[in-house]
Amino acid sequence: MKLKLAALAFCTAAAALPARADITIGVSLGVTGPGASLGIDYKNAYPLMPKTLGGEPVKYIILDDASDPTNAAKNARRLVSEDKVDALMGSNGVPSAIQMAQVAAEAKTPIIVLTPAVLSPAVLHWSFIVPQTTELMMGAIAHEMKNKGVKTVGYIGFSDTWGDLVLKALQSFAGPDGFKIVTDERYARADTSVTGQVLRIIAANPDAVVVGGSGTGGALPQVALVERGYKKTIYHSHGDVNGQFIQVGGKAVEGAVAVTGPLIVPEELPADYPNKAVALEFTQRYEAKYGKGSRNAFAGYAYDGYLLLDAAVPVALKKTRPGTPEFRAALRDALEKVHGVVGTHGVYDMNPSTHTGLDERARVLVHVVNGSWRLMK
Amino acid sequence: MSFDISLWLLQDGVTNGSIYALLALALLLVFAVTRTIFVPQGEFISYAALSLALLQAGRLPGVVYVLLGGGLAAAALELAQALRARRWRHLPRRLALYLLLPGAIAALAWWAAPRKPDLAEQVLLVLALVTPLGPILYRIAYQPLAGASILVLFIVSMAAHYVLSGLGLVFFGGEGLRSRPFADAHFRLGVLDVSAQSLWVVAASLAIMLVLWLFFSRSLYGKALRATAVNRIGARLVGVRPELAGSLSFAIAAFIGALSGVLISPVTTIYYDTGFLIALKGFVGAILGGMGSYPLAVLGSLGVGMLESFSSFWSSAFKETIVFTAIIPVLLWRSLTTRQVEDEEE
Repeated sequence: MKLKLAALAFCTAAAALPARADITIGVSLGVTGPGASLGIDYKNAYPLMPKTLGGEPVKYIILDDASDPTNAAKNARRLVSEDKVDALMGSNGVPSAIQMAQVAAEAKTPIIVLTPAVLSPAVLHWSFIVPQTTELMMGAIAHEMKNKGVKTVGYIGFSDTWGDLVLKALQSFAGPDGFKIVTDERYARADTSVTGQVLRIIAANPDAVVVGGSGTGGALPQVALVERGYKKTIYHSHGDVNGQFIQVGGKAVEGAVAVTGPLIVPEELPADYPNKAVALEFTQRYEAKYGKGSRNAFAGYAYDGYLLLDAAVPVALKKTRPGTPEFRAALRDALEKVHGVVGTHGVYDMNPSTHTGLDERARVLVHVVNGSWRLMK
Repeated sequence: MSFDISLWLLQDGVTNGSIYALLALALLLVFAVTRTIFVPQGEFISYAALSLALLQAGRLPGVVYVLLGGGLAAAALELAQALRARRWRHLPRRLALYLLLPGAIAALAWWAAPRKPDLAEQVLLVLALVTPLGPILYRIAYQPLAGASILVLFIVSMAAHYVLSGLGLVFFGGEGLRSRPFADAHFRLGVLDVSAQSLWVVAASLAIMLVLWLFFSRSLYGKALRATAVNRIGARLVGVRPELAGSLSFAIAAFIGALSGVLISPVTTIYYDTGFLIALKGFVGAILGGMGSYPLAVLGSLGVGMLESFSSFWSSAFKETIVFTAIIPVLLWRSLTTRQVEDEEE
């Protein structure tokens, strides 16, 4: 009997062994709630990822946080304490991502942050931010406006963290690039009208307008501005670039200028563009699965998060096995040293002091021509 | 702020306000007849607006599945009830109402969607798709609990709101849609440039209000609803079935919600969850009007529209704060001036 038990115990232990070696990644995304339109795009990237990370089998546990920061924190806590994940990923929505990063830092687990969140140094130690910083992106817009001789800029953005982030980034260029921000109007995605805000902008008559929205939400101010006869260029943050934006905006968004990652227009990039091949391959696979015109920047962030982990995991595996605190620490160290990883958005050279890895190669200016986003030449 | 700008804002406020007014009327009606704070009203707006946009794109709106599934559930409830009570007299008619009617509408939508019917047909189809959801929702969620307290009914409403908005996300996706305007024309009116769409909104709202007034003052069903609103037990004594009154009021609410959705869909981008906020503003309008009088609710809603458009000009970041804060003085005034009445008799 004892022998039997021992044999049984041994077998279970043996059976459990390879399972322990599996890498587990915990993901929390807002696939319902107000951020759902972005969350679904992020989530769509996961079926396109290989079943391995650094050659080891991987399991992604994807939870829905309903775009609620409290839920995101709860999910992160569950993932680190119950599922003992080796790394976290998430979330769409800056406030949710910040909450998750805090939990990750407490639990000494690395986290791939999928939104351009601004984090305190202690939290940043464990966090690695995939998307371009808002400054990097809005810098391209600021530069373009300077070239066009824009002196006054009207701003209209979401009345949330995103609207604040875009405005702050824009303000950081306002002095040096020689333009002045003359309006700070806010609206919500669910607003039925932006007439009041638009009238104020028109009264100020700026040389250009910058919209800080996301997805189809960014189309509303442009449609209203065009309806009221505003003829100058309207610039958009990278949150607005997707196919539905044009569907919703129709003729009114023709000529809109936006900044985005190269994966929106990989076909038009010059052949020697550093990440043309990766971006093109991802876009084609994505559209093959989700339909033509479904390409978007957000799925690319999730996929680049996978690429970062894929590059870091082999280094960490040399030290120890997954599922241990040592592995999580080793993975963090490896992520900090990631260098030259070519992703869908650009080339990632992780910077140990800021934990962001993208540079000017990860931004392109696009504009709407004949109802589609085209690279600005 | 110049005179021109005030006129513009006024126009914007009236356009949005008339949508809120329609919704306020529906909310008041449902509340008076069934004592339900009808939170899911907003979902009908989203369903209708998104369905219209999808129909224009030649696609079958997912709301048909909600309609068929809901009809099936309601029919199952009827069947169970008939089995338990062993009364079969009403069953065929009710099964036809919950199975055949939704089935026929769904089949029509399925047939018509790829053929891209013209605008009037699209609008009628959308109204036909969304309106039956009212009675179906009433049958499933509210009728079994008709005697419950206002609080319980409110919690049911919250549940129904979450279920319907979740279904909306499943069937319409997270991104917003916008349908083409009924008419592209613009009219110059002094300094104003009035879009034909905003005239449509105001005219349709006025027409619905007129029809509602005629319905409640002239027709037998309308009078039955009014009787139920005034006194439930009294109405029952004179032969008004509370189920019929509830079902009818939900149908009217769903119809008004669907119509608001159709009207607003070319004006702005609608997401699966936008309707909730629009209906909430109708609710604020109804509260500003004291939650009892129809004309005051209309005035209150127009007030909400104005407040919204002027605050979006002056301080856009605080727009919602200003609109929703407006309830507080009204509630204070109401609670100071109204005597507490026991409304939980029965």
